[in-house]
Amino acid sequence: MTNLSFDDALTRFEPTLGLEVHVELNTATKVFCACPTSFGSEPNTNVCPVCLGLPGSLPTLNEKAVESIIRIGLALNCQIAPWSRMARKNYFYPDMPKDFQISQYDEPICFDGYLDVLVPDQDGSTTVRIGIERVHLEEDTGKLTHAGGSTGRIHGADYSLVDYNRAGIPLVEIVTKVIDGTKHAAPLVAKAYVSALRDLVRNLGVSDVRMEEGSLRCDANLSLKPIGSETLGTRTETKNVNSLRSVERAVRSEMVRQAAVLDSGQKVRQETRHFQESDGSTSPGRSKEQAEEYRYFPEPDLLPIAPDAAWVAKLKSELPEAPAAKRERLQAAWGISDFEMISVINSGGIDLVEKTIAAGCDQAAARKWWMGELSRIANELDQELESLSISPKQVAEVESLIQSGTLNDKLARVVIAAVINGEGSPAEIVANQNLAVVSDDTALLAAIDVAITQSPDVVAKIKEGKLQAAGAVIGAVMKATKGQADAAKVRQLLFERLGVSE
Amino acid sequence: MTDLTKLTAVEIATGIKSGDFSAVAVTKAHLDRISRIDSKINAFLHVDTEGALSQAKLVDEKRDAGKALGDLAGVPVAVKDIFTQKGVPTTAGSKILEGWIPPYDSTVVSRMKQADMVLLGKVNMDEFAMGSSTENSGYGPTRNPWDLDRIPGGSSGGSSAAVAGFMSSLAVGTDTGGSIRQPAAVTGTVGVKPTYGGVSRYGMIALASSLDQAGPFARTVLDAALLHKVMGGHDHHDSTSISAPVPPIVEAAKSLDLKGMKIGVVKELSGEGYQAGVLSLFQDSVAILKDLGAQIVEVSCPSFEYALAAYYLIQPSECSSNLARFDGMRYGMRVAEGNAGVEEVMSATRAAGFGAEVKRRIMIGTYALSSGYYDAYYGSAQKVRTLIAQDYAKAFQKADVLISPTSPVTAFKIGEKTNDPMAMYLNDICTIPVNLAGIGGMSLPIGLDPADSLPVGLQVMSPVMQDDRMYRVGGALEAALLNHWGAPLLDRAQQL
Repeated sequence: MTNLSFDDALTRFEPTLGLEVHVELNTATKVFCACPTSFGSEPNTNVCPVCLGLPGSLPTLNEKAVESIIRIGLALNCQIAPWSRMARKNYFYPDMPKDFQISQYDEPICFDGYLDVLVPDQDGSTTVRIGIERVHLEEDTGKLTHAGGSTGRIHGADYSLVDYNRAGIPLVEIVTKVIDGTKHAAPLVAKAYVSALRDLVRNLGVSDVRMEEGSLRCDANLSLKPIGSETLGTRTETKNVNSLRSVERAVRSEMVRQAAVLDSGQKVRQETRHFQESDGSTSPGRSKEQAEEYRYFPEPDLLPIAPDAAWVAKLKSELPEAPAAKRERLQAAWGISDFEMISVINSGGIDLVEKTIAAGCDQAAARKWWMGELSRIANELDQELESLSISPKQVAEVESLIQSGTLNDKLARVVIAAVINGEGSPAEIVANQNLAVVSDDTALLAAIDVAITQSPDVVAKIKEGKLQAAGAVIGAVMKATKGQADAAKVRQLLFERLGVSE
Repeated sequence: MTDLTKLTAVEIATGIKSGDFSAVAVTKAHLDRISRIDSKINAFLHVDTEGALSQAKLVDEKRDAGKALGDLAGVPVAVKDIFTQKGVPTTAGSKILEGWIPPYDSTVVSRMKQADMVLLGKVNMDEFAMGSSTENSGYGPTRNPWDLDRIPGGSSGGSSAAVAGFMSSLAVGTDTGGSIRQPAAVTGTVGVKPTYGGVSRYGMIALASSLDQAGPFARTVLDAALLHKVMGGHDHHDSTSISAPVPPIVEAAKSLDLKGMKIGVVKELSGEGYQAGVLSLFQDSVAILKDLGAQIVEVSCPSFEYALAAYYLIQPSECSSNLARFDGMRYGMRVAEGNAGVEEVMSATRAAGFGAEVKRRIMIGTYALSSGYYDAYYGSAQKVRTLIAQDYAKAFQKADVLISPTSPVTAFKIGEKTNDPMAMYLNDICTIPVNLAGIGGMSLPIGLDPADSLPVGLQVMSPVMQDDRMYRVGGALEAALLNHWGAPLLDRAQQL
């Protein structure tokens, strides 16, 4: 099979995207019973007859979950169905205690909306409107752990363990309409959509939307068609895309893979594919060529959902400021360009930057830390920015230590690393590890004297007026003081010592 | 000395309250009778001797301490094995659940416990309530106390036989298409299917969620009303439970006044296929009702013709989904050989654990729900359901209650219809429309067919949440018949 580069692929094919995002709601109790939804409990402790699907048990609908999904739907500009029903999706799998999932079929609570997302391009950014097909409510399944085998997958495992703590956690599935015409930007559009959706849901306060904990999960559907073709190509559904970066990588690599398949005259197989975090590729999973048979029918154990129109109107009027509006407001307040704003948004750190500024930090410095050093660390740790164990307040504190002259840029990075490493607050770290800038002239002069004796040649050149040679001596002093000296101060004292002036 | 097993629930409760006898004595009398005769009947799958006696003791202590007692305090009740009861084996008549001990009480069970009733144990049923004869139980058939070669009806055949055989004063059953009313009819007992949503389904193992309803078995209409009242009322564990209070059924059962009441005879529920004795006893009862001051009108419900067909699509469809959970993964039977994978274990367990009728209905339901067939089968059946509800609505404009025979035939012989599912299904022709519309239905005994000397039942149907109407008619008719007979019908059953 030929290998086409991403750019080559786009000279022949155009991509069609469809994204399905699952969001775990942060209701205190599960969607059909009163069990707690807390993450990380001992396996099979947050369970009861209902979420274990014991014979005779019946579901009752969590009103808070209905409220949350309606708020999501409203924020996504959706229609809210005045009457809808839950449905049973029937299939056998041991992570599902009833061997059916209570979901929704042809009557979702919310439908036909959109979300405008900002996608970066050469000129700054473009707003792309992503159509929302439907937003529906369902229950999460239990979690399977496959022991034995090498892959951690069910195939080849010796045995499997099931934890039903997650079974019955309310899930909201948000399905886009077909996203066409994105061309080379498809991977960025996908990433920008998931990022914008995450911001929107977080802003509503209805979910923790932590991709690494699985409270926001994305499946990416992708097909390619020859440029100009009216007919959609065969699609694949890539599962387990669990970070913003992975969304972009998964779409990109699937575009390249499908292009190679099509280019060599073969057919793309309709299947689910698993995203590989390690190399950004996708690997084949279950074939979907046979029509799926879930035998959906209306859930007879639950009453239809018929939200009162006045209540829906009230929920709509109480929605918080939309992320798009917030973006515009903050961009104006900070006075930055589209391009700069995009990088803040794409970093997923807009709230962090805002909070850092609210804690007293200058806007440029706040952006610099979150977009620069902190993003680098997050990448290195393979974490989202918000999961770093440093708060906006602490970042503001570090910046104020720089402004007061206690830290320089280099020391500030050391302090930030130490905060993330759990060594204490910035002030504690500076005090405990003696990291403050050395401003005691006596100590500095002693170090300068040592450096002067060690480099007579350089000193001679300086005295001759070749001031640029001073760098070597200053460097030696900085080294001797372990970087805690202020380089400008060293330069000033050195010239005074040598009786030269700038 | 009084035979405590022959008393009505009202007499037992009154006797215990007034100190004529103790709850322990009542419980022992029933446990003794169970151990003496149930080997012939096979009504009980599990007798909870210890639990029953300790509950009876508590009732006596409460009485001695002068504390308030419930209306049915100390009255023994047999529980269809479809209701979960904490710590007591629950099988739903299926091998697939053999050995399962539920960790929780169904709402019906917990309400009976709270009412100081004595739960004697779990009684037999057709597997997962699928059947009209109790022959489909995984634990052997139950026999009719009137004739041990005959069926006690089904699926709640253990409940009807326990009450008809004086092993329990009361019993609870469930009715999805007639599973309380038909067994009551063929055993000479009273059985009631309340309005859908009138009694909580929580902890009742589901056959068809939109049709299932729990209800009482008793030897008198008033006893049935008292148990219905204990079981009924809103339950926040069941979304389909109606939030209104239980209608005034006890008062209605005592009223005995039918003056001015309009009673509709359903034209379509008679004629071909009905045993002659059933029809003639039904006509006798119509005459009695008229004598009691009721106005008799004929009503027509043309859509009933399609009820059986619609029922046998909706019920198997819901059942195919409800029974999916019995997969050997979490509880009950598990068939796993060697290195079998998950699908093999599920298949082998279900193949070994389910009986033929259950498999038949799971297959029908799975087929009916499949894409491409859904609209033609499940979709059409739901439309029929709407038409039947409309037929009832029209009929109830002309009449306060409707009546019909409960079952076209009296108790048939064990084995007689086991190879003919259609013949078996036809037993429920009169009762199924009630479930499809979600209204209330009662069966009460109206005599013995002279041809076979077996009991015949009459069905009274009342609109949604107007259950008191059927108790009013049932109570009055029962009193008139008793007056005519001189002694309860069950006194004419053989001595066991």
